[in-house]
Amino acid sequence: MNEIFGLSIIFSTIRLATPLLLAALGGLYSERAGIINIALEGLMLAGAFTAAAVTHYSGSPWVGLLAGIAAGVAVAGIHAVVCIEFKADQVVSGTAINILFLGVPALMSGALFSSTGATPQIPKENLMPWTPIAMAFALVLLTWYVLYRTPFGLRLRAVGENPAAADAAGVSVARVRYSAVLISGALAAIGGAYLSIGQASLFTRNMTAGRGFIALAALIFGKWRPVQTMLACLLFGFAEAVSIQMQGVAKIPVQFIQMIPYVLTIVVLAGFIGTSRAPRALGLPYSKE
Amino acid sequence: MKLVRELIFPLVAIIAAFIVGAVFVVLIGDDPIETYRLLIGSALSWPDGIGYTLFYATPLIFTGLAVAVAFRCGLLNIGAEGQLYVAAFVTAWVGFTFAGLPGWVLIPLACLTAILGGAAWGAIPGVLKARFGSHEVINTIMLNFIAVALASYFTQYFYKNEGDAIMQTKLIGLIDPARGLTGENAHIPRLGEFIPGFPERIPLNVSFILALVACAFVYVFLWRTKWGYEIRATGANPTAAEYGGISTGKQIVLAMAVSGGLAGMVAINEVLGYRYRYYDGFSPGYGFTGIAVALLGRNHPIGVLLSALLFGALLRGGLFVDIFTDRVSKDLVLVLQAVVILFVAAEALFRSSFGRFSLLRRSKV
Repeated sequence: MNEIFGLSIIFSTIRLATPLLLAALGGLYSERAGIINIALEGLMLAGAFTAAAVTHYSGSPWVGLLAGIAAGVAVAGIHAVVCIEFKADQVVSGTAINILFLGVPALMSGALFSSTGATPQIPKENLMPWTPIAMAFALVLLTWYVLYRTPFGLRLRAVGENPAAADAAGVSVARVRYSAVLISGALAAIGGAYLSIGQASLFTRNMTAGRGFIALAALIFGKWRPVQTMLACLLFGFAEAVSIQMQGVAKIPVQFIQMIPYVLTIVVLAGFIGTSRAPRALGLPYSKE
Repeated sequence: MKLVRELIFPLVAIIAAFIVGAVFVVLIGDDPIETYRLLIGSALSWPDGIGYTLFYATPLIFTGLAVAVAFRCGLLNIGAEGQLYVAAFVTAWVGFTFAGLPGWVLIPLACLTAILGGAAWGAIPGVLKARFGSHEVINTIMLNFIAVALASYFTQYFYKNEGDAIMQTKLIGLIDPARGLTGENAHIPRLGEFIPGFPERIPLNVSFILALVACAFVYVFLWRTKWGYEIRATGANPTAAEYGGISTGKQIVLAMAVSGGLAGMVAINEVLGYRYRYYDGFSPGYGFTGIAVALLGRNHPIGVLLSALLFGALLRGGLFVDIFTDRVSKDLVLVLQAVVILFVAAEALFRSSFGRFSLLRRSKV
C-alpha cells in the first residue's frame, strides 16, 4: 500500500493528468464562448498522429509539435465553420469529427507506413517528455489571466453567456467564437501530441482511448473554470495512476477506478455535489437579428 | 415537392462524402474508381454480399431508430453504444443462467431482457434530464464508458470460462456434448434455414425481420399514438407542449427509454443470432454510426432503413477494400460516415442556395 501512495504516484498523476489538462483547457475556451466541443477526442487524435508522423520524418519533436498544433487548428476550423457559419448542431458536428479522426490517421498510416494505424517508433532522443507538462500547467495560469483579466477574455465570456448583449456592445460574436474554437484545437492537439511524442514514442490506433471525453468530464467537474478544471484533471489522473499501479495486485477491480471520472461527472452535473452550470448560451447558434 | 426536397439533401451528402473519400484515396496513392467498384461490388454480390450487407445493416437499423426516436423528442442520444452493451451483457446473462429452459420460453425471455436492459440504461439520462435538468449528451457519453466498464467487470470476475484469455462470457443455451446439445435452445434461426439457395453460414438471422418490424413500430408509435404525439410535441416546442398540458419530463423519460430499448435490440442480433455469448468490445461503434444513420434518414423510419442499408453495405464493402486494394484500408468507411454527418449537419450549406434558412430550426428536421 505504501508504494501506491509514494512519490512515484505523484509523478505518474502529473504525467497522466497532462493530456487531460491540455484538452480540457482547450474545451474551456470553446465552451466558455458557447460552442460545445465534444470533438476534443478527435482533435487530440489529429494532434497525436500528425506530431508523431512529422517527428518521424523531421527528427525534431518541435517541428512535430508545431505540425500537430497546425493539424488541431485546421480540424477545429472545420468544427468552427460547420457550427458558426452553418449553425449546425454542435454535438453532431463534434461526433462527426471524432469518427473522422478515428479513420483518417488509420487511413494515412496505412499509406505512409504500410501499417494498420501506427507510426514507426521514434528514437528516444527525439521525444518531448517534459515540455508539454510544463506547458499544460503554465497554460492554467495563462488561461485564468486571459479569461478574467483581458478584454478578449471578457468578450469570450460575454459571447458564451449572452451573445445578443455582446453583439449589441459591438463585439463580433462570430469572430470571438472562431478564435475560441481554433485555440481549443491547438490546445487539444498539444495534449494529443504529448501522448504520441511525450509519453509514448509512436502513434497507435485510437491511442487517446477516451481521454478527450475524460477531459470533457474534467471541464464539467471543474465547472468550466481553469483552476478547478486543473484540480479535476489531477483527480482523474490520480485515479488512473492508482488503477495502473493496482493492476494485478488489486483487491478493488480496476474497472471501478476507471469509472470514477464518469460517475463523478454525472453526479456533479445533477447537482448532488454543488452545482455545475454551463455557460448560458452553450450550444446555441447565434444569428444577428 | 416535399419528398424531392427530403431526398435531395441526403443524396447530395452521400455524393459529397464519396467525393471527399475519393480525394483521400488519391492522396494516399490509389485508384478511387477501382476502390469504389470493389466497395460496391462486394457489398451487392449474391448471396454473400447481400447477406452480409443486410447482416451489418441490422444493428444499424436498431441504433438509427433509437437515435431518431430521441431526436424527435429534441434529445440527442449519444448513448446507444452504452445501451447496446448493457443489453448484450444482460441478454447473454439470461441466456446462460436460464440455459435449461426450453427455447420457446428462453428466446422470448432473452429478447425481452435485451429490450428492457437497453431501455433501463437509456432511461437513466432521461430521468437525470427530467429531474435535474442535466444535459443528456454529457450523461449518455459518461454512461457509455460506465456500461462498457461494468460489463467488462462482470465478465472478467464472474462469467468467464476458466482459463479463457479472451474477454467473453460463457456460451448461452444448454450445452452438453454428451447429449449433442450445443446451446441451440437459445439461438434464433438464421435466414439461410428458410431461403433456398441462401447459405446458412451467413449470419443474417431473424433479427433482421425484427428490425423491419421495429421500423413499422416506430412509425406507428410516433405518428399514430398519443405517446408519439406528445413526444413530438415536446421535441418541437417544449414550452408550448407544457402549456398544452403535456408533462414534458415524462415524455423525455419515455423517449429515452424507447430509444434505449431499440438500441438494446442490437443484442438480439449479436447475442442470440450471431456470437451466442457476450464478447467484450463487440461493437465497432454501432451506436455512433446510428447517429449518422438517423441524420441521413432524416429521423424517419423509412429513411433510417435506407441509410442503414447504405452503411451496412459500406461496412461489408470496406472489408474487401481493406484486403484487395494496395493502400486503402477499411477506415475509408469511417471517413465516408463522418463526412456524411458533417454535410447533413451543415445543411444550410445546401439550403442557402434555395433561400431556405428559415427551415433550419432543429424541430423541423
